[in-house]
Amino acid sequence: MQQQGNRFFFNVDWITVLIYIALCAIGFINVYASIYNPDKATGFDFSSSYGKQLIYVITGLILGLSILLFDGRLFNVFAPFIYGATLFLLVVVLFVGRNVGGNQAWIPIGSFRLQPSEFAKFGTALLLARYVSTFNPKFRDFKSIVIAGLIVLAPLLLIMLQPDTGSALVFLAFMFPLYREGLSGYFLLIFLGMIVLFVADFLVPTYVLVLILTTIGGLFIYNNRRKQKIIISTVLVTIIAIVYLFVVKIAYEKVLAPHQRSRIELMLGLKADNKGAGYNVIQSQIAIGSGQATGRGFLQGTQTKYGYVPAQSTDFIFSTIGEEWGFVGCSVVIGLYLFLLLRLINLAERQRSTFSRVYGYSVACILFFHVFINIGMTIGIIPVIGIPLPFISYGGSSLWSFTILLFIFLKLDSNRMGFI
Amino acid sequence: MDQLFNRKYIVQGLFIVIALILLGKLFYIQIISDKAFSSAESNVLRKIYKYPARGAILDRNMKVIVQNEPVYDLMVIPNEVKPFDTLALANALEITVEDVRKKLKKARAQSTYQSTFFERQISVQSYARLQEIMYRFPGFRTQDRTIRHYPDSIAGQLFGYVKEVSPDDIEKSEGYYKPGDFIGKSGLERSYENFLRGEKGVINTLYDAKNIAQGSYANGKYDVNAVSGERLISSLDIRIQRLGEELMKNKVGAIVAIEPATGEILAFVSSPGYDPNQLVGKDWGKNYMNLIANPYRPQLIRPIAGQYSPGSSFKPVDALVALQDGAIDPNTTFFCPGYYMAGNHKVKCEHVDGTINMQRGIARSCNTYFCHVFQNIITKNGMKNQRQTYAHWHEQIMKWGFGQKLGIDMPFEKKGIFYPAEHYDKIYGKRWGYTTVISQAIGQGEITSTPLQMANVMAAIANRGYYLKPHLIKGIGDKNVVKKEYVVKNYVGVDAQYFPIVINGMRDAVNSPWGTAKESQIPNITMCGKTGTVQNPHGKNHSVFIGFAPMDQPKIAIAVIVENGGYGGSYAAPISSFIVEKYLTDSIKPRSNGYTVKAFSETNLLPALIDKTKKVKLTKLDSLNLKKADSLKKVKDSLKIKPAIIKQTSTKKPKVNQAIVNHKPVTNK
Repeated sequence: MQQQGNRFFFNVDWITVLIYIALCAIGFINVYASIYNPDKATGFDFSSSYGKQLIYVITGLILGLSILLFDGRLFNVFAPFIYGATLFLLVVVLFVGRNVGGNQAWIPIGSFRLQPSEFAKFGTALLLARYVSTFNPKFRDFKSIVIAGLIVLAPLLLIMLQPDTGSALVFLAFMFPLYREGLSGYFLLIFLGMIVLFVADFLVPTYVLVLILTTIGGLFIYNNRRKQKIIISTVLVTIIAIVYLFVVKIAYEKVLAPHQRSRIELMLGLKADNKGAGYNVIQSQIAIGSGQATGRGFLQGTQTKYGYVPAQSTDFIFSTIGEEWGFVGCSVVIGLYLFLLLRLINLAERQRSTFSRVYGYSVACILFFHVFINIGMTIGIIPVIGIPLPFISYGGSSLWSFTILLFIFLKLDSNRMGFI
Repeated sequence: MDQLFNRKYIVQGLFIVIALILLGKLFYIQIISDKAFSSAESNVLRKIYKYPARGAILDRNMKVIVQNEPVYDLMVIPNEVKPFDTLALANALEITVEDVRKKLKKARAQSTYQSTFFERQISVQSYARLQEIMYRFPGFRTQDRTIRHYPDSIAGQLFGYVKEVSPDDIEKSEGYYKPGDFIGKSGLERSYENFLRGEKGVINTLYDAKNIAQGSYANGKYDVNAVSGERLISSLDIRIQRLGEELMKNKVGAIVAIEPATGEILAFVSSPGYDPNQLVGKDWGKNYMNLIANPYRPQLIRPIAGQYSPGSSFKPVDALVALQDGAIDPNTTFFCPGYYMAGNHKVKCEHVDGTINMQRGIARSCNTYFCHVFQNIITKNGMKNQRQTYAHWHEQIMKWGFGQKLGIDMPFEKKGIFYPAEHYDKIYGKRWGYTTVISQAIGQGEITSTPLQMANVMAAIANRGYYLKPHLIKGIGDKNVVKKEYVVKNYVGVDAQYFPIVINGMRDAVNSPWGTAKESQIPNITMCGKTGTVQNPHGKNHSVFIGFAPMDQPKIAIAVIVENGGYGGSYAAPISSFIVEKYLTDSIKPRSNGYTVKAFSETNLLPALIDKTKKVKLTKLDSLNLKKADSLKKVKDSLKIKPAIIKQTSTKKPKVNQAIVNHKPVTNK
């Protein structure tokens, strides 16, 4: 194998590019269906949302291909600058941002609006990859965990200030690349445990949970009564867990906004609200469910056509797919995503450079979070968190940022034989 | 490759598990559960019912007597109501803001997601005002319907009324009717409901999330057009119906007129009557309660549900059956000393005619003559076989329609009373004979009949031996379908040869100087008839007349009953004569005796009322006293009526009324 860096498209993983194009096409078709109004079915209109989406797709593809023209090493070199720039934009947006739907997330540039939180994802991914590849920390020591944590938490907290909890949550995806690079699995388990306890805290009275936790802790200690270390750590974990339960309860009441609380309660089935906060989720599920096995057909979805699902071209685009293409269509889309994600992990693993691998994992996990949260939200297994479905949801910022995110990795991957 | 490489599988495994969770939930909501599908349908699909126009009803001269008028209801789907300008809506409907809130609350209590009535039958002005601003009231819509209109404002009991279906009706119809539908509840509206109602139409319309109609569902594949109800042609002649109601004003009673050749009912008057338009629309409840509260019971359909003893009007049937039986012959005479002795019971006659034959006996309505006839019939096979002969006689009389429903196309028909021999066996064992039931000879006592049955008897006599089932609707739909049962001749079992003598007697009753109805002679028309003066245990006698005209080729048979009218010749016969004349000549010529329609119409024969509101809890002893007092009072009251009329009317038209009042003494029973 020889260095082929001068040939721009050499070694590019075209299968991933094809999946990317397929998802964009699916996105355009369903954005069109979501916007489609049988009364105003005139010719193709570039000023309409679907017209704009077509422009976004085409420009996105051009953008992606032009990224392949860069030298992959540039991303490594400029990672801190890109990260710094996105952080800067995240600060700027807090002052000059335009408030859309309660979130101060958009910077108006001419007729377009820029959403810095979208670009912060690959900025963070690049810096994290740079950090790991440079210091090879293995995350056994406190210091490296803190540094990696700060890289991730800085943009996360800035986005929380907008406040855009949904976009901020996506940054938790960086736990997976860190895990792959040596972060203890306990972090994932603790994280999982926190979620389980959080949910359980709403469904079961707190004192019952306290009882259960102490019983489990007690049994564990009894089984390991000879090992002092385990006894101490078990006691600590149990106490922390119990404290966590109360903190969550209080934080839930004091920190979360009312709409966030009601979204969580709806998802947990603690509250039925057909017209208020629950409307989106219920209508989305009705639309998806009414698609049945094979769907109602393109432009035939009544719920879609007659606007029963709010935000259907953006965050709830999956309901259009569900209604018009049915279970078959949903399976194809989820299948494409799964194939893409698994392939990205495989591509990441074949990298010689740690930088490329960490970045690849970051891309896959960010996409995974988006897909899981977005689809989960439309079918009611996750509270309503307003984040787009990658490549499919309407919107230039998100499409372009996902394109950049993905194509930087494809460029890095095409350079996998070289050293970055 | 390091040992951390394996962590790849954990991450990939997580991806696969999550993808399977998503697909699992999708599989559930898309394939296993069909809840979402029906929710989606109910989201977008609204069924809008189109109410068909109810069938119109014409009279026999093709004049419209029942028609439809458009009305508009304001409907609301409470769930879809968004905050709106209540004042604007209140103003448009001409109600208060408070009312709007109340009505909305009421609608919400009924159903939150179904279209329910907000305001029924809004005025045309309100409708026009609303149409312009309707878009401001999401969740509201107007619905057009038609309601009944009866242009002549008469014959309330005949037409009946149409009302929103009750939960009971819905259940009985096994789902045909839906809340908000209308159904004929009485009269013709009820008996011809299946023809009149038509077929409801339905339009499936798609609605978007903003509740704006987006066109039809499946290109109207499942839509149904409303089909109007069938047009009915009634046998009624609205001219004589109106005249009949006019004549029966301020009287309790009934008129039934039948065309003998067809059985078609020409007039069907129940008095007191009411305007059928009262029972249409918004004021139904109020007006219905008024009708129920009226002590003269206008809701009773007297032509078919009023049961009166036929009295002397029964005599022609008596005579004909006797002739057919051979119990007497046309020349049989009896001696009348002014009474008849049935055992030791005396049946009085109003006059002393000496030896009297059948023709004169009918014309003079001689009780003695017909008691003898009855005696001859029952005892013709000897004293021991009286029960048998009574049974045979009962059978023959039944053929005339007594004691059974004639099966008119109206609900609530009564049978009247006419007991078979078994009835008397039960009471008297074997020890009963003609003297026990002698009152039946003169149509009194244990025999009652409806005015319809009496008119039908006249039709049978007019036809010389048969009748056709009396009916009110002679043609259904555009093809004028006639029910088969209406063209079948029902023979009464008397040969045509026996009729002339009886008919001659009936002619004399009206047209001879000795007739009981001689004041009711019609210029240039020979009406045959028979008066009846029906003894009434509750007060003054009922005035009855049955007849037909003209004598040859009769066109109309009639029965008139005026409760508490006294002699048959006083009121029932003159009223009959006006109706017959009007029907046959379309005019009423001045009478030599000065009788006019107006005078009869103005005569008040309503029985005095007993004040029931003062009823308190009484002991047994008290009730006995009360009975006495009541009966005394009744007698007094019935006496009071007459002077009151004279006083009241004499100031206006003394001459005319004098004629009516004065003629009584000359009239015989």
